[in-house]
Amino acid sequence: MSAIAEPTGVAKTPTSNPSKSRRSMAWLGILPFLIFALLFLILPTLNIVVGAFQNPAGEFTFENIQKLLQPSILASYWISIKISVASAFLGCLIGFAIAAAIVLGGLPAWVRSPIMTFSGVASNFAGVPLAFAFLATLGRLGLVTVLLREGFGINIYAYGFNILSFWGLTLTYLFFQIPLMILIITPALDGLKREWREAAAILGANGFQYWSMVALPILWPALLGTFALLFANAFGAVATAYALTGSSLSIVPIVLFAQIRGDVLQDPHLGYALAFGMIVVTIIANTLYLWMRARSERWVKS
Amino acid sequence: MSFWRSKRFWSWVALSFGVLYFALPLIGTFEFSLRMKRGEYSFEAYRVILGDPRFQATFLYSVLMALLTIVVGVLLVVPTAYWVRLKLPRWRPVVEFITLLPLIIPAIVIVFGYIRLYNTSSVLPLTGSAFGTDILMVCGYTVLALPYMYRAVDTGLRTLDVSTLTEAAESLGAGKITILAKIILPNVLVAILSGAFLTFAIVIGEFVFAALLNRPAFGPFMQLIGANRAYEPAALAVIAFSITWLCMGLMQLVTRLQKHTQVKPFR
Repeated sequence: MSAIAEPTGVAKTPTSNPSKSRRSMAWLGILPFLIFALLFLILPTLNIVVGAFQNPAGEFTFENIQKLLQPSILASYWISIKISVASAFLGCLIGFAIAAAIVLGGLPAWVRSPIMTFSGVASNFAGVPLAFAFLATLGRLGLVTVLLREGFGINIYAYGFNILSFWGLTLTYLFFQIPLMILIITPALDGLKREWREAAAILGANGFQYWSMVALPILWPALLGTFALLFANAFGAVATAYALTGSSLSIVPIVLFAQIRGDVLQDPHLGYALAFGMIVVTIIANTLYLWMRARSERWVKS
Repeated sequence: MSFWRSKRFWSWVALSFGVLYFALPLIGTFEFSLRMKRGEYSFEAYRVILGDPRFQATFLYSVLMALLTIVVGVLLVVPTAYWVRLKLPRWRPVVEFITLLPLIIPAIVIVFGYIRLYNTSSVLPLTGSAFGTDILMVCGYTVLALPYMYRAVDTGLRTLDVSTLTEAAESLGAGKITILAKIILPNVLVAILSGAFLTFAIVIGEFVFAALLNRPAFGPFMQLIGANRAYEPAALAVIAFSITWLCMGLMQLVTRLQKHTQVKPFR
């Protein structure tokens, strides 16, 4: 209950006399926020990190981290990374193509607003329902599967496609990855100034040269940053994968999910190490994103 | 000339591909949800799922969780963002960094930490009772919503002259609570609403927290139906998508009412 009651206290703590002598007490005003963040965000995470470096007796050890190197766990990290890379790469590529079509492709102006609105919705449409949508579309009885089989005589399942697989999951993740890319890259494309293109043309550059020597080098940080963000986005996703594949595809979040539910690894501290590994991967990806975003903002600022 | 023509052509190709990729699953899901009765289209799956008492119970539970999360989020974020703007500009990067952390640390790791930190043998055994776990859920959801909520409110505050408003109110004898409730809150209401709709959309179908903390929320119910039924999951997906769509639509609507306080997608 205390956590709920805390925020109301925020206005009471600092008294209504903000004279200079009291300035040092001003930080008390954000104390409830700091306590909340500490209790429900920072301490829980640190707890896992510390647990990853402890043995059951509570002593410091690197043993758990070393145990991550066993083949089955390495394999889950590897398939997780592959799915995240594939969905981030394809998401970037297709999202970029669509965003470029809207901004630079000479499409009618009315196309833009519905696409941006839809992207805002679809980028938030992850989780269990998304898995259902793809099962209903590309599952064995799904609309597209049936249409292709009965209309065109193509049985995609006979060709080895399975929605409960690497490519099935990647295809599903693209449903939120592409919109996210569109949302982020469109402003960056808007930031490409017409003058740059004209200047390049005056100097004799053709379309390919303009893109390879002017536009892409400017967009590069934004592209790389968004790739990193999309990667982290896919890497941490649990609900979609779990609802789609159950536990048949052992990507890291699913292994961790099973571990938290029932200690399937039979070693709690290995579970902490697994979670720690996830944090490390997402921190690297997000740091890359934030760093690249800061770099790309130099150009995109209008 | 042919270059321009071909560029427009390829733009339409890219766009059509996108429309196809995004429309097919939506159409496919809707079509599938109508197939429950053999040989005809019907809303049978919807009737079954809407009539399921577990649906009603879990849906209500998740709505309640979402509303509580919004209330706690507003009570936590508005005073903090206001105070940082007014008195602690130096703390801004720190507070902003903290609010961005939930985007960096996977939700499953946070809830793992809760289970370890608040278990029955700890100082604060929140997971020991249903009520305690609900508190933990609301706090967890508030953490998930923090990046969006803080960003929305902070952007809303940017358009106000916070210190002048505060001084004016103080010179008229208003205390800090009065200032927050009667001056700051109404001025950032649009920002709060847009943050609130996004929070609602996130919380209503959330799966990981509810499943691992073992609470009867809508997300785990959907997963359970998905594992056991054929046509009802598609109906659930249509319902869930409509809710997301409604929330985002309302969000767009309120932000259009007040242009300055747009929440930009920043992820």
